[in-house]
Amino acid sequence: MNPLKITEDDLHGYVDAALTAERRAEVEAYLAEHPEDAARVRAYQVQNQALKALFDPVLDEPLPDNLHVLAAQPLISSSIEAMPAYTTIETTAGPRGNRKNQPNLKSVLAQRLAAGLLVAIVSGVAGWLAHGQYQGSERVAQVTPLFRQAAVAHVVYSPDARRPVEVTADQEEALVKWLTKRLGTPVKVPKLGEFGYELVGGRLLPGNTGPVAQFMYQDASGQRMTLYVTTETTGKVETGFRFAREGQVNVFYWVDGKFGYALSAGIAKGELAKVATAVYDQLDQK
Amino acid sequence: MPRLRRYARAMLGDRVAADDLVQDTLERGWSRVSQWRSGSDLRAWLFSIMHNLRVDQLRRGVLPTHSLDEDACAVPTRATQTDQLEVKDLESALRQLPDEQRAVLLLVALEEMGYAEIAVALDIPIGTVMSRLSRGRERLRQIMDGRQPGANLRVVR
Repeated sequence: MNPLKITEDDLHGYVDAALTAERRAEVEAYLAEHPEDAARVRAYQVQNQALKALFDPVLDEPLPDNLHVLAAQPLISSSIEAMPAYTTIETTAGPRGNRKNQPNLKSVLAQRLAAGLLVAIVSGVAGWLAHGQYQGSERVAQVTPLFRQAAVAHVVYSPDARRPVEVTADQEEALVKWLTKRLGTPVKVPKLGEFGYELVGGRLLPGNTGPVAQFMYQDASGQRMTLYVTTETTGKVETGFRFAREGQVNVFYWVDGKFGYALSAGIAKGELAKVATAVYDQLDQK
Repeated sequence: MPRLRRYARAMLGDRVAADDLVQDTLERGWSRVSQWRSGSDLRAWLFSIMHNLRVDQLRRGVLPTHSLDEDACAVPTRATQTDQLEVKDLESALRQLPDEQRAVLLLVALEEMGYAEIAVALDIPIGTVMSRLSRGRERLRQIMDGRQPGANLRVVR
């Protein structure tokens, strides 16, 4: 046995920079005396780099239609100006700019959402039946509380520097029209300028049983706030504010008429409460 | 989301199949949001959903999704041990690794996940993570060096 007891695991830890500085130095000393292992470690480091180089371009590829509904759609503000609201255009100048003419996004969204929900339900039910330990997918889905859905949507989309929204604020009118149509009831976008938050844009998301909307705001420091709007709360007649904390994200949520709202941000509760009150006031005006 | 795609693409090698897997993952993720423990790593959680879906696919044997994308199709079929140039191709070399080794290797190399994190995401002991990583790396190296994997697997230990 080697006196330093350098194990195979240590070599991998060294490759992946997962060692403490002390251990790292020991491994280096060991490698200096064991050229074969050193060559192997070097080869593994090259593997890491090569794999990254090979697959990183995928990160910049435009998303295909079937992921538009569920993930960030590549509408980027810098190239959006000349774009009709509902049409997807090759906005990401990815290495493969070879997308064919896109059909009308609206109908694509509708189709994909329907197909997606079907797949989700079928695969979900199949999986759960097989395991016999879960409830049916719809029941599980229905108990997902509003604040948690909103918080997850916030966590997923707000850190996205390049494509946080589907439709940007410069097309606010089209955005409102689109979301109104998809949610099936008039949607309003509150103005939060007095708190320093400007609208970035919005997107459509899959909720428990149908579409929900998310509006994103940002202040001068880059702090983002999202307003989650759902029509899936019908049947509940409470309008009081509720507060929830999900990890770093604070959420105020309430039900008003046919809408459920959730305002999420990684800011202090008191500050968020002020904004939530303003949102409530603006949206409550009939 | 693009990171899920990157991993799926590297894992499956087929653009269409990979995107389908990402779609299924997101859908299942959304429908099970209530099972996500807040505060835990959302990324690891999504990767573990993806992994489980993939395992399910393999078990059901529905995996060989036939893609019409010729570029993607061509990769696995062209990989032959005899062709020196093809063996150099990292992507086809990757295809020759067993699924389980490829998964660990990619999570390490692409996602830069910690070993413990990977153990949780794949639901395997950390020792298994290490041995799969070790075998995967060594095998990939041998393929890239143009050696027959398996012929002298026990070179260095």
